[in-house]
Amino acid sequence: MLNLLHYPRLLIQELRVGDWLVVLAGLLCVFYLFQTLWSNEHATKVQIRLGDKIYATYSLNQQREVHVHGKLGDAVISIAQGKARFAKSPCHTQYCVHQGWLTRAGQAAICLPNQISLELLGETKPYDSLNY
Amino acid sequence: MKPTHIQTTIDDHRIAKLAAFAIALHMVEAIIPSPLPGVKPGIANIVTLYVLYRYDFKTAAWVSILRVFASSLLLGQFLSPGFVLSLSGALLSLGVLWLGMHLPKQYFGPVALSILAAFGHIAGQLLIVRLWLIPHTGVAYLIPIFALAALFFGLMNGLITSRLLAKKSVQMSAKK
Repeated sequence: MLNLLHYPRLLIQELRVGDWLVVLAGLLCVFYLFQTLWSNEHATKVQIRLGDKIYATYSLNQQREVHVHGKLGDAVISIAQGKARFAKSPCHTQYCVHQGWLTRAGQAAICLPNQISLELLGETKPYDSLNY
Repeated sequence: MKPTHIQTTIDDHRIAKLAAFAIALHMVEAIIPSPLPGVKPGIANIVTLYVLYRYDFKTAAWVSILRVFASSLLLGQFLSPGFVLSLSGALLSLGVLWLGMHLPKQYFGPVALSILAAFGHIAGQLLIVRLWLIPHTGVAYLIPIFALAALFFGLMNGLITSRLLAKKSVQMSAKK
């Protein structure tokens, strides 16, 4: 283990072309993950989806409650000055409600039982791995 | 009453010995404090990778799975979330190793496989975390850190493994 530290040149020589490729791909992957998951872009709009269709898109620059009739019943979505959340949902698990306020672009709350989802949109829509 | 004898083969003994190495490394690692739960060097994977190169995939899979079970028993976390995480990580990284084994050998060495396996390991764990333990998108914020750790430790473990393999081949040629 100790002599590992003493021969960095020897170690580098042991890397083959594919090894370098994997290291490079790994670095790109990590960089990309930091870029997408740690973006702190402020959201401007909230998009509500019902089933596979876009139900409505609202500006986040307002204070209002939106009632959406999902598969199980009425869900209440609160919008309040730059953030949005599920305030009430008829679903059993209540994961969507517990998720709380969404504030950043790209954040999403999905209520599978009731088939309603919220997604915050920024000025530029970040790459969405769910839809591509 | 006649005592029953379990027939063991040389392979079984070899697997047991190698698994013992892996378990020992796992125990050492359990003592090392970690800044974030889940970020660990995974030095026991050195044994898995070494075995994969020196023997075959079957032996490596045995060693890896035995290590997960035995270590969790020793640490008192058998069937706990920590054990499930460990198992899912080990299974997925074995799957990745199995695929990676078929990459052309002249280009892809142990370092490439080690990094791929580390990513497989973390992917398996994050899958369980997201699906079962913390069904919340907040987990996503930790993914970049885990990925960075996987890349770094995967690289280190890979380098150590390739060093061990090189040493072994020098010894073997010296014996001839």
